[in-house]
Amino acid sequence: MITLSHYIVLGAILFCIAVAGLFINRKNVIVLLMAIELMLLAVNTNFVAFSRFFGDVGGQVFVFFILTVAAAESAIGLAILVLLFRNRSTINVAEIDSMKG
Amino acid sequence: MSLSLSILLTIALAPLVGTILAGLFGKLIGRAGAHTATILGVAIACGLSFYVLYQLVWGGAQNFNQDVYTWFEIGRFHASVGFMIDRLTAMMMVVVTFVSLLVHLYTIGYMAEDPSYQRFFSYISLFTFSMLMLVMSNNFMQLFFGWEAVGLVSYLLIGFWYKRPTAIFANLKAFLVNRVGDFGFLLGISAILYFLGTLDYQTAFDHAPELVGKTLQITQNHAWDAATVIGILLFIGAMGKSAQVPLHVWLPDSMEGPTPISALIHAATMVTAGIFMVARMSPIFELTEGALSFILVIGSTTALFTGLIGIVQNDIKRVIAYSTLSQLGYMTVALGVSAYSGAVFHLMTHAFFKALLFLGAGSVIMGMHHEQDMRYMGGLGKHMKITCITMWIGSLALAGTPFFAGFYSKDAIIEAVGESHRWGAGYAYFCVMAGVFVTSLYSFRLLYMTFHGKERFRVEAKAHGHGHDAHAVHNDAHHDDAHGAHDVAHDDDDHHGTPGVLEHAPHESPWVVTVPLVLLAIPSIIIGGLTVGPMLFGDWFGKAIHVNEANDVLAELGHEFHGAIAAGLHGFLQAPFWLAFAGFAVATYIYLFNVALAGKIKNALKPVYNLLDHKYWIDELYFAVFAKGGVKLGEGLSKVGDTAIIDGAIVNGSANLVQRIAGGVRRLQSGFLFHYVFAMILGLILLLGGYWLIGQ
Amino acid sequence: MNTDLLQLICFYLFAAVAVIGALMVITVKNSVHAVLSLVLTFFSMACVWLLAEAEFLAVALVVVYVGAVMVLFLFVVMMLDIKQEVVREGFIRYLPVGIVVAVVMLVEMLAMIGVKAMHAHTLGPNPAGNSNVAWLGQALYTDFLLPFEIAALILTVGIVAAVALTLRQRTGVRHQSAAQQVEVQATDRVRVIKVASEQMASVSPAPAPVVDPTQENAK
Repeated sequence: MITLSHYIVLGAILFCIAVAGLFINRKNVIVLLMAIELMLLAVNTNFVAFSRFFGDVGGQVFVFFILTVAAAESAIGLAILVLLFRNRSTINVAEIDSMKG
Repeated sequence: MSLSLSILLTIALAPLVGTILAGLFGKLIGRAGAHTATILGVAIACGLSFYVLYQLVWGGAQNFNQDVYTWFEIGRFHASVGFMIDRLTAMMMVVVTFVSLLVHLYTIGYMAEDPSYQRFFSYISLFTFSMLMLVMSNNFMQLFFGWEAVGLVSYLLIGFWYKRPTAIFANLKAFLVNRVGDFGFLLGISAILYFLGTLDYQTAFDHAPELVGKTLQITQNHAWDAATVIGILLFIGAMGKSAQVPLHVWLPDSMEGPTPISALIHAATMVTAGIFMVARMSPIFELTEGALSFILVIGSTTALFTGLIGIVQNDIKRVIAYSTLSQLGYMTVALGVSAYSGAVFHLMTHAFFKALLFLGAGSVIMGMHHEQDMRYMGGLGKHMKITCITMWIGSLALAGTPFFAGFYSKDAIIEAVGESHRWGAGYAYFCVMAGVFVTSLYSFRLLYMTFHGKERFRVEAKAHGHGHDAHAVHNDAHHDDAHGAHDVAHDDDDHHGTPGVLEHAPHESPWVVTVPLVLLAIPSIIIGGLTVGPMLFGDWFGKAIHVNEANDVLAELGHEFHGAIAAGLHGFLQAPFWLAFAGFAVATYIYLFNVALAGKIKNALKPVYNLLDHKYWIDELYFAVFAKGGVKLGEGLSKVGDTAIIDGAIVNGSANLVQRIAGGVRRLQSGFLFHYVFAMILGLILLLGGYWLIGQ
Repeated sequence: MNTDLLQLICFYLFAAVAVIGALMVITVKNSVHAVLSLVLTFFSMACVWLLAEAEFLAVALVVVYVGAVMVLFLFVVMMLDIKQEVVREGFIRYLPVGIVVAVVMLVEMLAMIGVKAMHAHTLGPNPAGNSNVAWLGQALYTDFLLPFEIAALILTVGIVAAVALTLRQRTGVRHQSAAQQVEVQATDRVRVIKVASEQMASVSPAPAPVVDPTQENAK
């Protein structure tokens, strides 16, 4: 019997994997962006699960909007990535430290 | 009838007007204008002081006690300018203004060619004003003002020739030692305010009996009697001002100043301020045996031990300076045995003959072209007759020769000490008796070395071959009457370095110098005999001086007093006279007939001589401990406290600390995205953990 | 077989695939492989959502996310000339820390959320009735109309932003301007000059200045 906890655990696992990916990866900005997408996916799973189990449509509506915004955000994020590559010729995160204090 | 306030104000302010005119407008009114203005001011004050004295003594006037001007009032505390004129004050006023007037006159001759002529007159007039404010005061605040003001003027005058390093050293020494005394004095005044709640004399004296039984809590189980504390603290002020051991070190150094001020300030008036103050505070001092015994011991120590130093001095002014210290000791001893009128009486007679001695010494110095070492004098008697005679008169008075002024006052003190049963009186009796011998010895030694015996000032023709042309100018100038010309101008002249360097024998000083000498010699002879009866044994001072019945030694003496002449004749038969005569005899034998003996005695008693020559090494001790200690403290505070701690650790250190912390924190800004993400995640974890714990 | 059991097995299957896909995203060397793993993850999650009877969203996930966003990722990955060999330095060094942090976070999250308590909620009747789309649509076009419109606006802004960020002018590139070509008049190209057919032998007229018609249009 699938319970709510299954979905929650799945979401949590995905989220933590994405978080680990954020700082394990030191060399690739693209993986960074992908990890962000993973995080959004995990959150969406949570919303869907809660919406299904408690019968509130708001959860799924919210997922709808998250999808929208995530799409726009990844588009712009990739645009920035392209610009970055144009200017620095590298997508190595470790080399992007001109904001160093 | 009562005294007139306007007269009293005039007495106080006339010298001040002279000061301002000579001080601020000196260049405008010139030298003659300066000395005229100041002498006029002091003469007016003198004349009116005599008038006030006459009114009080023969005119039947009441004692005057009135506040003239209220300075400020804060709560219960009331500070004002006021006058209290009774016979004690009037006597002091007369002494101060009379001696001041004579010194003003003398200065015309002594400082005739000094470039700062007007400044000197301004200062001595300022001194007169300050001293008058001190003695005429009716409250402790004004007393303290006068006290400090005379200290200031003393500083200014000792360092009058401010380009001399020794003068600057001396005036700073005087001021600082006085400061120590003033500290105690201020504590004493504060104690009076604390216990009696007032600074006004009359109110304080009226409430003085309340002090009996009151104590000052020092520690948990230790309390001191209030009156004793007040007495000792006030006397510490007197110790500074009147140069008692151990605060006596400034007086010999004060001889760096011109001789007129040595006469005025350091013989007759300022140094007696302490004596006057204790006499004025007699209602308070009578309540404390402890303080009076303390005064007694200090005074007698001063009387004997400073006199001993005077025997080995070669500078003519130093001998007289130590003599002053010794005589101040006598006055203090008299205060210590509750013979206040005796102390004040001796103060008065001493003012006259000591001023006479100083002015006479100044005359000798002028004649010797500023040579002060007695070893290069000798045989001046036949060249400076008036000076010689007046100085003999002064010395006889000082030594206590019967019928002279000093005899009555000194003898009264010695006998009063003999009668007293106070703790320390035995020691004091020994000291004052021995002091008589010592006084006589150094006084006559001075006279013989200066005026009699072989002439040691003659030029040795061979050694002085050069410079005869250069001295041609001097030859003409020598015959001027204004002898003071050479006093300052020839300071650096090389012929003062070599002994026996006068080309011609010295000659008598001009009239502006000798007339004051004569005018002072007269009271040195007669004033004692005339006033001893009423002052000591009559009730001349009235309410001004208060003595408890049990302590009244002068009253005991009074039983045997049968008039001045009888006392004088009786004096020949008494111990002090024999001691003085012994001193006279020794001095005469050695310095007149067998001078070599002095050298032999000195060699035989080398350690004693060294001890006296170095003034018991007290100066060295003070310099090493206090002066150097003060400098070290300052250096320590500057280097460690200021530079290292405040500047280095606190100011620079805090800036440094901020910089180092910032430097550490800066490393958080690595510029790396994943570091920032990591930080965010850490924060998130902590937040989650926090919520979890709170939720538990 | 019990439908519940079947559902559970399917769930675990899809969940496992999703997790493995996620792990591959962050660990593979090749960026293209990473993107493709992400696609796999999304597909699996879509299936999981189907199990939760959120059909519309599952399909939207596939169409929008995988179809558009992931394709965009692929475009960018393939467009950028990435040097593969330098990309993987330092991975091993930070792995332990990463694992530790992730595990800690996972434990905390689960503990906080109270997973045990949620075990009680089982899949009940579908609140949407039969049509998930209708349920969603009803809510979107009535209660959430304004956010819906704003979402559209956000997408527009996204387009504009992406273009504005990456647009660059290149110099020295020649291209045709169709508008100019259409605007050309006959007089711009040809000019008629009258010249006499016969002339006297003595006088030779000055030659007329020849205007080159081709020069005017070569702009």
